[in-house]
Amino acid sequence: MDVREGLFYTKEHEWVKIDGKIATVGITDYAQSALGDVTFVELPKKADVFKQADQIATVESVKAASDIYAPLSGAVEEINPELDNVPELVNQSCYEKGFFLKMQIEDEAEIKNLMDAKSYKAYLESLAK
Amino acid sequence: MKLIFEKSIDSRTGFKLPECDVDIKFNLSEKYLRKSQAELPEVSELDVVRHFSELAKRNFSVDSNFYPLGSCTMKYNPKFTERVANFEGFTDLHGLLPQVLGASMLCQGALQVVYDVQKLLCEITGMKAFTTQPLAGAHGELTGAMLIAAYHKDKKHKRKYVIVPDSSHGTNPASAAIAGYEIITVPTDKTGCMDFEEFKSKLNENVAAVMLTCPNTLGIFNFRIKDICDEAHKVDALVYYDGANLNAILGKARPGDIGFDIVHINLHKTFATPHGGGGPGAGPVGVSEKLVGYLPIPRVVKRSDATYALSYNRSKSLGYMAAFFGNFSVILKTYAYIMMLGKDGLTEVSETAVLNANYLKEKLKKYFQLDYDRICMHEFVISAVSQLKNNIHAIDIAKYLIDKGIHPPTVYFPLIVKEAMMVEPTETESKQTLDEFIDVMVEIAELAEHNPQALKDAPVTTCVGRLDEAKAARDLNLRWQK
Amino acid sequence: MNFIPHTDKERREMCKAIGVSSIDELFKDITPDLKAKSFELPNGKSEFEVMRFFKGLANKNNVSLTSFLGAGFYDHYIPSAVESLSSKPEFYTAYTPYQPECSQGWLQSIFEFQTAICELTSLDVANASLYDGGTALYEAAMMAIRITGRKKIIVDSGVNLLYRSMLYTYTTNLEIEFKETPVVHGQSSRKDISSVIDKDTAAIILQNPNFFGAIDDHSDIVKKAHELGVLVIQSVYPVALGLIKPPGEMDVDIATGEGQSLGLNLNFGGPYLGFMAAKKQYMRKMPGRIVGETVDKQNKRGFVLTLQTREQHIRREKATSNICSNEALCALRAVIYLSLLGKHGFKELALLNHKKAEFAKGLFDKIKGVEVKKNSPTFNEFTLMLPKRADEIVCKLIEKGFICGFPLGRFYKGLDNYLLVSVTEKRSKEEIAKLADTLEAAL
Repeated sequence: MDVREGLFYTKEHEWVKIDGKIATVGITDYAQSALGDVTFVELPKKADVFKQADQIATVESVKAASDIYAPLSGAVEEINPELDNVPELVNQSCYEKGFFLKMQIEDEAEIKNLMDAKSYKAYLESLAK
Repeated sequence: MKLIFEKSIDSRTGFKLPECDVDIKFNLSEKYLRKSQAELPEVSELDVVRHFSELAKRNFSVDSNFYPLGSCTMKYNPKFTERVANFEGFTDLHGLLPQVLGASMLCQGALQVVYDVQKLLCEITGMKAFTTQPLAGAHGELTGAMLIAAYHKDKKHKRKYVIVPDSSHGTNPASAAIAGYEIITVPTDKTGCMDFEEFKSKLNENVAAVMLTCPNTLGIFNFRIKDICDEAHKVDALVYYDGANLNAILGKARPGDIGFDIVHINLHKTFATPHGGGGPGAGPVGVSEKLVGYLPIPRVVKRSDATYALSYNRSKSLGYMAAFFGNFSVILKTYAYIMMLGKDGLTEVSETAVLNANYLKEKLKKYFQLDYDRICMHEFVISAVSQLKNNIHAIDIAKYLIDKGIHPPTVYFPLIVKEAMMVEPTETESKQTLDEFIDVMVEIAELAEHNPQALKDAPVTTCVGRLDEAKAARDLNLRWQK
Repeated sequence: MNFIPHTDKERREMCKAIGVSSIDELFKDITPDLKAKSFELPNGKSEFEVMRFFKGLANKNNVSLTSFLGAGFYDHYIPSAVESLSSKPEFYTAYTPYQPECSQGWLQSIFEFQTAICELTSLDVANASLYDGGTALYEAAMMAIRITGRKKIIVDSGVNLLYRSMLYTYTTNLEIEFKETPVVHGQSSRKDISSVIDKDTAAIILQNPNFFGAIDDHSDIVKKAHELGVLVIQSVYPVALGLIKPPGEMDVDIATGEGQSLGLNLNFGGPYLGFMAAKKQYMRKMPGRIVGETVDKQNKRGFVLTLQTREQHIRREKATSNICSNEALCALRAVIYLSLLGKHGFKELALLNHKKAEFAKGLFDKIKGVEVKKNSPTFNEFTLMLPKRADEIVCKLIEKGFICGFPLGRFYKGLDNYLLVSVTEKRSKEEIAKLADTLEAAL
């Protein structure tokens, strides 16, 4: 399983990349592999505001649907426009081209609720047991 | 194979309409008329007959194939019930007749069918009264959810939650949710039953009802079922019996005796009416004494002069669940089936369904993992997890079965068993058919070890190979266009 | 007779293989306190006895009268090939096509049905069918609520009362606000709709032709609704669509209807066929099964159930609907029926129905004391005002061999003298003339 250093993670297998006031959000390699072929991603609209842990998006494969929760509170800054036509980017490049959205970070203190790469790896190992 | 639309030839016709025998000048204003014509195929009757005959050949069906699709009770559909349902005295009756003054005398036979079937279903399930209105199992569940709502509203209860076990059919939480309830899911314990302590801890006076299947989707009869009913009743929550698995307990146990308040029955499962490629089914709902007043209107009643009529005058009724009396011809076939089998025949149905399932389970558990190894009822769930090491999944096993002329079991359900294969042989299958199935499953287990590619390549005997479902969902093409 | 093949010897062998001494042992989880307290059913019978009993019951029904009863459910002629093809056991003894490779016959038939419904309604996408016209309308209302996030619905009272009743029943436990608007001079009241529509409205539900038989062009209502972000749902009579403006041409968002008239017997109320079509942008919010086209590894065309993530077996309580089946066999009959009629036959059938009804209107109009309501154009059903209670006239004419229509007082307060008459292609000029004479004599 590909777990990238420098990113933050949630227990729901979302990753977050922090660039100053902007957080980029996607799903992890573990998540895309568990889902299988992604067929559809339902994203929020730009400027929609979410609280940490609110449902923010949905990702679907042929036989599964998963809700995606906001890893941090804030307003949506940008959504990945490619996913509408090419949802398989989530499978092909989950940490880059297959990102879901970018949001403005409202409260940096919330970052401490996220896992770093090391803790996420340990979390994945605990799931495998 | 071409679509019927692709076989269209300009100006070809397949049917002659009656001559227009009236002389009328057409004068509807343009603004009410359709501009574009509906592009229906232009084909001959023989074109249509050949087309759909060819399509028919591309289906597995109970008449041609063993069909152990778990939870669906794909038993043999006897031919005589089809003939009964096709009597013109039934097929040509308008459903509104009994609503029209004087016209209920034109449909006494049909009203009697509804009345009699309700009584028979009461005796079979131990319920006090039945409605035949629900049009399918899930529609029965929705009716049940409406009854639950009507009951609590009448009692001035404010109830918000419905409890379901995690092994339940997806329709249970979906039906309760669409009726406005929030869902509490209780996990399954090691015995394969809903965790009783967990259930008790979730139960309180905000709970409107508990929805259960018994035997459950693992084919296990919950021996604490009465305790569950009793606990629920302590807080005046209702207990709902999803009758999808009634085929296991005919003449053996009755939900009404155990303490259930609401029951739906899938007539297309237990009572052998054909599944029709996904419908029409029928999902009549029975209730205990305290819920009779809430049943949908109209009710079919027998008057003192032995004639049948409709009754609407029920102040507590939840209203109309369907326009008429449910899927009448399905109800009719059920009546004919119950009449032919009778008391002993129906009891033997369950005995044999359970015998067949246990026989298969015993033979197959040596080759496939069985998470809950105990006596099962009419179905059981095995798993392909032992085959995973060779990258063989339940779906691969399913596809190979198709090549062997066997419809696969239900796969990937219930969700709580990994790589699940849910097998329900039904009572109408002979020992020889079961033995052939066992042989193929043993062959599959061996192939998984020594030649997994053979399973990966299946099916090879069908008109198409494995289809790209991801493409279907991504590049949505839901209709033909010129 | 119980269709169980087992011999006693085989039963014993199987018990032995399982490791039990008798079948009873398999039921040991059903402890004595859980056992059935009664199971008093009659003994089984032979096929001959069963057949004789049901022949007797069928004969207790009288289907020999000449019928002008419609009210949403119509007596059209069904070509023999419809029955013959749909009774192939490869169709009727199969189940939902979960395994596409051995269900291509079903999947392609449903794909063809979806196409036919799109053509009829002039809309982009259709599902694999729903239970009936009433449940389809309810599902459309719920769909509109999901799409808009609003909870108020305007319902035209020209919508079949049975459907309105079902809609209210199903939503009783939800906080949905319904506003019924009246029918004025046979048509949807623009004025009343304007006075209740607002930005909290999810949808307007209309019917065309409406319950009184009147045809309308709802384009203006749709335009107004869309300005406020309100969706329009139209319940339609599919046979009428051979002639009248389809929902798509009025820019309607979701169309539903009862497909019984497309090759299904009246069957005392069911099984019937609900259909639903919608604009493309709403397809992911649709309920029910949907079949889509795809390919196999050899790039060969095939069909599968698709968009399954909307459904209950995956989404459980978050599904778009609790429905887990469709009315496949009824949908099959409909697509066979429509294929036999074809593009031109479908139009001609509608025209024939309309002309016969117009002829009947002309005759009834000449009867003293009878008024044919002419405020609105009609398709094949129309309203008469009689000088007496319509239900009593209907009752009287039954004795003369006619079911002359539906007494509107049964569903609408204050319309006791109104009769709803339907005329399909099955009614001959002579039958219509004879009904007019008999009615005149009965008044």
